[in-house]
Amino acid sequence: MALSRDQIAQRVAQELKDGYYVNLGIGIPTLVANYVPQDIEVMLQSENGLLGMGQFPTEDEIDADLINAGKQTVTMANGASIFDSAESFAMIRGGHVDLTVLGAFEVDVNGNIASYMIPGKLIKGMGGAMDLVAGADNIIVTMTHASKHGISKLLSNCSLPLTGKGCIKKVLTDLAFIEIKAGKFHLLERAPGVSVEEIIKLTAGELVVNGEIPEMKL
Amino acid sequence: MAGFDKVVSSYEEAMAGLTDNMTVIAGGFGLCGIPENLIAEIKRKRTTDLTLVSNNCGVDDFGLGVLLPNRQIKKIIASYVGENAEFERQMMAGELEVELTPQGTLAEKMRAGGAGIPAFFTATGVGTPVAIGKEERTFNGRDYILEEAIVGDFSIVKAWKADRYGNLVFRKTARNFNPLAATAGKITVVEVEKIVEVGELDPDQIHTPGIYVNRVIQGTFEKRIEQRTTRSSAQLKEKGE
Repeated sequence: MALSRDQIAQRVAQELKDGYYVNLGIGIPTLVANYVPQDIEVMLQSENGLLGMGQFPTEDEIDADLINAGKQTVTMANGASIFDSAESFAMIRGGHVDLTVLGAFEVDVNGNIASYMIPGKLIKGMGGAMDLVAGADNIIVTMTHASKHGISKLLSNCSLPLTGKGCIKKVLTDLAFIEIKAGKFHLLERAPGVSVEEIIKLTAGELVVNGEIPEMKL
Repeated sequence: MAGFDKVVSSYEEAMAGLTDNMTVIAGGFGLCGIPENLIAEIKRKRTTDLTLVSNNCGVDDFGLGVLLPNRQIKKIIASYVGENAEFERQMMAGELEVELTPQGTLAEKMRAGGAGIPAFFTATGVGTPVAIGKEERTFNGRDYILEEAIVGDFSIVKAWKADRYGNLVFRKTARNFNPLAATAGKITVVEVEKIVEVGELDPDQIHTPGIYVNRVIQGTFEKRIEQRTTRSSAQLKEKGE
């Protein structure tokens, strides 16, 4: 079975380490916050100027002056700090964020990522994504492995305008956990009940399968 | 005797001197911390062919989006747009020029503009459409592109509190681009929720020193929320309800 959005988030959360500063993108990455292991502490960075994002507010706590990068009302965690947008991206560009999780339309074997624009169709802008992929060393891309019509999103070459070049090393899809190195995809784990053959069939770029591929533990 | 007193008493006075074809830098992220009454004044003045520099362009009936129906915006420099239908229509029809700029680069362009730095190198956007036409250089084995600073004819800013000298304090994430915009305007106009007397703000806690500020006005704010999300509404949404 392909992973649900929440299960993808759950698996990403296993990559969190105690003391990590983490930036979570919009969509599935946001859900990762729900699965932070009990025994560790992480601090969430929101690029509109908040380090130490808390949970969503109660009705009484709603404050129009306190939102996240997805423009949702949020709260501040204990020990939070507030800063302007230049400072926020100094943290990001300067490589101070330990882990970035974001979505994408396509990734390819060279670690390129396309996530912000479908020419003629969807032109909303890159927001902070280009800075995030350029500034972070440790990035996990979350996405569905293929489109509804079975068209692979893991390609030899991205077909859409790039968000970043050669910057992606890890991809977690609804079917597999994949590492990108030396111009190839490498299959690390498969979703429970999903066969290696199925993953190969839906991966357009070259995929290296080395030995027995373990199932993800959720 | 005005001295350092920056306080003006009407929005007309606050935006005096804004004319067609000018570049206006606006603070705000989404609808959070936007100078909503200064934007309304630009709409009222019907100034046109403006180049706007702002992270976003508001929604159809609020924020910078209100300048779209009368075609007051010639060009927008922003990182994320298309939260409104009229914007998309004008962009697709070629009536509105859009320069998509990465959010961190946009912030740094303002910071540099205010700090007298004409351009800077960044790795953001290398190998993407953003790099087209820009000078590239390699430092320590990594590629960077040259991005130019932005200075506005006007900057419009929303702060929480100001004293009469234009020292500013922002509140929570309504700070965002506002302190940067404040530094990068030839004329910087700030609207605030409360003006206090000089000496009331703790000098250690001032976010933007008054030297950057030309005019201050006290206003009342709607503070519209784009994505009203609560603990219970988020749980319902995750269950798909």
